[in-house]
Amino acid sequence: MVFLQRRCSLLAFAGVMAVVLTMPAVAMGQESADFEGVPTAVQGGVLEAVLFYIFGGTALVAALGICLSKSVVRMATWLFGTLGAVAVLYLLLGAFFLSAIQLIVYAGGTLVLLVFGVMLTSKSPWVRFECSKVELAAGGGVAVMLFAGLLSVLTRADWAVTEGATTGATVEDFGKALLTTYLVPFEVASVVLLVVMIAAAYLARQEG
Amino acid sequence: MLTIGLMHYLILSAAIFCCGVFVMMTKRNAIGILIGVELVLNSVNINFIAFDRYSLVPGFDGQITALFVIVLAAAEAAVAVAICMNLYKNINTIDVDRGDALHG
Repeated sequence: MVFLQRRCSLLAFAGVMAVVLTMPAVAMGQESADFEGVPTAVQGGVLEAVLFYIFGGTALVAALGICLSKSVVRMATWLFGTLGAVAVLYLLLGAFFLSAIQLIVYAGGTLVLLVFGVMLTSKSPWVRFECSKVELAAGGGVAVMLFAGLLSVLTRADWAVTEGATTGATVEDFGKALLTTYLVPFEVASVVLLVVMIAAAYLARQEG
Repeated sequence: MLTIGLMHYLILSAAIFCCGVFVMMTKRNAIGILIGVELVLNSVNINFIAFDRYSLVPGFDGQITALFVIVLAAAEAAVAVAICMNLYKNINTIDVDRGDALHG
C-alpha cells in the first residue's frame, strides 16, 4: 500500500514537473506570435482556456500535494510545481514582468532558502512531525468550509469587469511607475529589505 | 467554460488559499507552516493580477501591488528561516508545539 502510494505520488510529481518544464516553450511561442502587442494572441481564445486548465490544474494538484505530503522536502518540491504553474498563469494574464520575477525571486530564491532552512534545522532531511487525526479533521473542516463560503460569495458577487484583451505592462512602465507614483512604497520596501538583511544575519549568527 | 474570465481565476485562487490555510493548520514543522504562508500569498497575488487584468480601470496598479507582495514575502521568508534556526539552536527541534517557553 505504501509502495503504491509512493509510486502514485512520484507519478503525479513527474506529471507536474513535465507541465512546468514545458513553460518556457509556451512563453516563447506566445512571444514570437505577437512580440509587439504582447499577450493579445492568446487572450480570449480556446488556447487560453486550454492553457488555463492545464496550468491551473497543475497549480491545484501541486497545492494538494503540499497538503498531503508529510516530509518537508517533498512539500518544498511540490511548492516548486505550484510556483511555476502560477508563473504561467501570470503570463496568461499579461503580467510578463511579474512572471519572470515570480520565477527568479520565488522559485529561485525563496524556495532555495526554505530548502536550506530544512537542511540546517534537522538531523535528517526526512524528519516527520505527525499530526493527530482530530487536528487533521479540524483543519480539513475549516479549509472546506472556508472554500464553500468563498465560492458562494464569489459566484453571487457582480464584478464590473471588462472582457477585452489587455496590452500588458512593459518593464519600462514598471520602472516609470516605481520611480514616480510608487516612489514612497518603493523606498519603504528598500529600507525594509535592509532591516530584514541585518535582522536575519543577527538572528542566525553564531554565539560568541 | 471555454471563455476564461475573472471568475475562473478567483475560484482557482480561493482553492489554493484554502490549501494554504490547511497546510498552516496541520503542519507541525515551522518550515512547513512557512510553505503554507507562501501558498496563501501566491493565491492573493493571482487575485491581484486577475483583477488588474479584468478591471475597467486603466493602469497596472494590481501588478505593482503584487510586486510588493513578492518582495515582502521574500523578506518574511528570510526572517522566518532565521527564527527557525534560532529555535533549533535553543530547543533542538523546529516542532512548533515544543516552542512553548512563553506558555503561561
